[in-house]
Amino acid sequence: MNLTLKIWRQKNASDNGGIETLDAPGISPDMSFLEMLDVVNERLIDKGQEPVAFDHDCREGICGMCSLVINGIPHGKEKGTTTCQLHMRKFKDGETVTIEPFRAGAFPIVRDLVTDRAAYDRIIAAGGFVSVATGGAQDANAPPIPKVDAELAMDAAACIGCGACAAACKNASAMLFVAAKVSQLAHLPQGQPERKRRVLNMVAQMDKEGFGSCTNQYECEAVCPKEISVRVIAEMNRDYLCATLVGAE
Amino acid sequence: MKLDSKIPSGPIDKAWDKHRFDMKLVNPANKRKFTVLVVGSGLAGASAAASLAELGYKVHCFAFQDSPRRAHSIAAQGGINAAKNYQNDGDSIWRLFYDTVKGGDYRAREGNVYRLAQVSANIIDQCVAAGVPFAREYGGQLANRSFGGAQVSRTFYARGQTGQQLLLGAYSGLERQIGLGNVIMHNRSEMLDLVLVGGHARGIVTRDLVSGKVESWAGDAVCLATGGYGNAFFLSTNAQGCNVTATWRAHKRGALFANPCFTQIHPTCIPVSGDHQSKLTLMSESLRNDGRIWVPKQKADVGKDPRQIPEDQRDYYLERKYPSFGNLVPRDVASRNAKMVCDEGRGVGPGGLGVYLDFADAIKRLGENVIRERYGNLFEMYERITDENPYKVPMRIYPAIHYAMGGLWVDYNLMSNVPGLHVLGEANFSDHGANRLGASALMQGLADGYFVIPYTIGNYLATAKQPKVTTDAPEFKAAEAEVKARIHKLLNVKGKRSPTSFHKELGKLLWDKCGMARNAAGLQQALDRIPLIREEFWQNLNVLGDGDSYNISLEKAGRIADFLEFGELLCRDALHRNESCGGHFREEYQTEDGEALRNDEEFRYVAAWEYSGDLAAPVLHKEPLEFENVHLATRNYQ
Repeated sequence: MNLTLKIWRQKNASDNGGIETLDAPGISPDMSFLEMLDVVNERLIDKGQEPVAFDHDCREGICGMCSLVINGIPHGKEKGTTTCQLHMRKFKDGETVTIEPFRAGAFPIVRDLVTDRAAYDRIIAAGGFVSVATGGAQDANAPPIPKVDAELAMDAAACIGCGACAAACKNASAMLFVAAKVSQLAHLPQGQPERKRRVLNMVAQMDKEGFGSCTNQYECEAVCPKEISVRVIAEMNRDYLCATLVGAE
Repeated sequence: MKLDSKIPSGPIDKAWDKHRFDMKLVNPANKRKFTVLVVGSGLAGASAAASLAELGYKVHCFAFQDSPRRAHSIAAQGGINAAKNYQNDGDSIWRLFYDTVKGGDYRAREGNVYRLAQVSANIIDQCVAAGVPFAREYGGQLANRSFGGAQVSRTFYARGQTGQQLLLGAYSGLERQIGLGNVIMHNRSEMLDLVLVGGHARGIVTRDLVSGKVESWAGDAVCLATGGYGNAFFLSTNAQGCNVTATWRAHKRGALFANPCFTQIHPTCIPVSGDHQSKLTLMSESLRNDGRIWVPKQKADVGKDPRQIPEDQRDYYLERKYPSFGNLVPRDVASRNAKMVCDEGRGVGPGGLGVYLDFADAIKRLGENVIRERYGNLFEMYERITDENPYKVPMRIYPAIHYAMGGLWVDYNLMSNVPGLHVLGEANFSDHGANRLGASALMQGLADGYFVIPYTIGNYLATAKQPKVTTDAPEFKAAEAEVKARIHKLLNVKGKRSPTSFHKELGKLLWDKCGMARNAAGLQQALDRIPLIREEFWQNLNVLGDGDSYNISLEKAGRIADFLEFGELLCRDALHRNESCGGHFREEYQTEDGEALRNDEEFRYVAAWEYSGDLAAPVLHKEPLEFENVHLATRNYQ
């Protein structure tokens, strides 16, 4: 396959950046999208040009480090797929592919396609946990958890924290990410003692980071590589409303 | 050098309790006066950093990724073992201990393994309390599945994402401590050297991967939880960033490297599809619960549609050779047998390097929905990569480098021979011997971080009585200068070849000569060749850009430079160990049936290598292994 790539290049956070056009001939349909970029980078190095920086690590769709907006869609157009699991057989020979970084004010660009998503960590640090110290846990089977609740918690817990939800949203809202953690813990008995405090603190941190609000367009759900349902946002809104009315305690 | 494992005396089942009582404690008010540097944020690193901070220590944690949640523990799929005996099927601490020692082909230290089995049950309790959504039965109780090398169901799981859920549990505890100001997290920060002051590990030198700034960090103890070295082989199931740099630099500062030749080949990975391949994707071993592994009986059938090959023309070779364990034999046995049938010309798929993993019977027996519920995400992943639907066509799998049983030598306290340098999780050598059983890596990482290091590090800090140091000490300045000089050197070779081209060359050599099967002649060839690759690396490397910015080539080149040194030690260890055991299969040492032939007389020891200069050969130290509780026997899974 022969492709034309239009790639966002930006030297560092303060550089203006711009789109660079690169030819990518001789691409195998069995390559993953990132393997295609590996090949492009090796060719750039051989020509004495610096390679394109992009985030990636596990390359099996679970670490959440890969990103990229491919032809306008975070993680590309394949449903329920991270960029690293997207394969070139899904593209057409001769196609022009536009590759940009995840875009959201709260995800500043580090270089080229690499962004800083530490805002998500800070939201978790604000309340996305159960306050349990090591050592004092009761037997794991002691609170029986109905299978249906465990499954609902697991559906939400599948979030990989990649940031595609915020990148896809016209408001750069992080609601799907935040709500996934809120929902996971709200469905488990372990999450109950801090349930109200958690949702208030996480939402406050989300706002502080500069993420926008949800206006129910569901772009986030459409691009989520783990197909997290917007149901979690409804659940979070309910918990948030309730916590606002009665307070954190 | 005398290697003292510090295993407590007395009966093994009382040893850890006794040791915990014998160890010195740090007064709660004094804990905040101690700083611990934790390198790595996977299961071992995150659980250690969070637990130590909860106790009151000041903790710095370092990760090369953009967030601690990215660490490669996250990719573990199948599950975590624990001796809970919830299934009433005969499990016990003693049986988990026994299975692990046997599974490791009698090359692990009994005392460490027993403790691992003991604390395994606490891990599950801890994770559930932290909100990990393990799979449940309708009655609300935890579900279990079986894994290789065991005849009981003791594996806890969260769909095919157990590592992710456990890591996010540990990560949330870590983030809580970060939010409280008890842990200072350094993301995109790579450890490039260990600093010793007065013979004790007192700090590290890091490079900020974004700004390029080289910085020193001083503390009272250092914990390395930096994972394994599988990426030395270029193609492995590891994440792209996994590297040996932290442990290798510690080795060059005096820490012994133990059993580097014990590398695990995972039997169920998606086969290579071409030269562009950047990694091999693992399909969880849990698939072997329901999938049946086979190849055609006749070579002539290898190109045929597998569904057209009749039952009597299929060779379910694991079920045939190992009737009692069947498809659930340990990983080393399953991998080696896959290689054997492929070597016989009966392999399937491109290049004949693959075997079938077939779910047709399980789907017939249980229905497609049950299979989808158990393995749905794995089947989807397989289809995405191969463009084949495994509900309809058998999967093709082939073994790939997966896990490093070897690592830095540690004693019972998880401390290396360098006082103050502790090593946790995959980065140490201690618990898995020559072969790790499935679902035991998660167990060990969390055991070390949650339940061992919080006790043993206190004992070290209470007894070491070292003066406080700051990064102004000359030892820090000297280490920083060395790191800077090395970065300068990498940037100024200005040759023609990319870093990756060297990595691929080394990886192929290691896989060919020191992979699933090894022999003396091949290992010697590798040992002759590696110094030449290294020489060319330093003469013909091309790293573009500068050291003061985000530079992916520079990062990579530094890691590859270390792999090029480490690879030699890997082969040297494999060549010296004149026996076959676990993942280390030397072709010269096998039974008539092609099984591994151990030599307990001569090699029942841990091989711990001491660095003695770039030009001198490393010095071998031996820690003899005593088996007082598990009878030494030939592993038999028939």
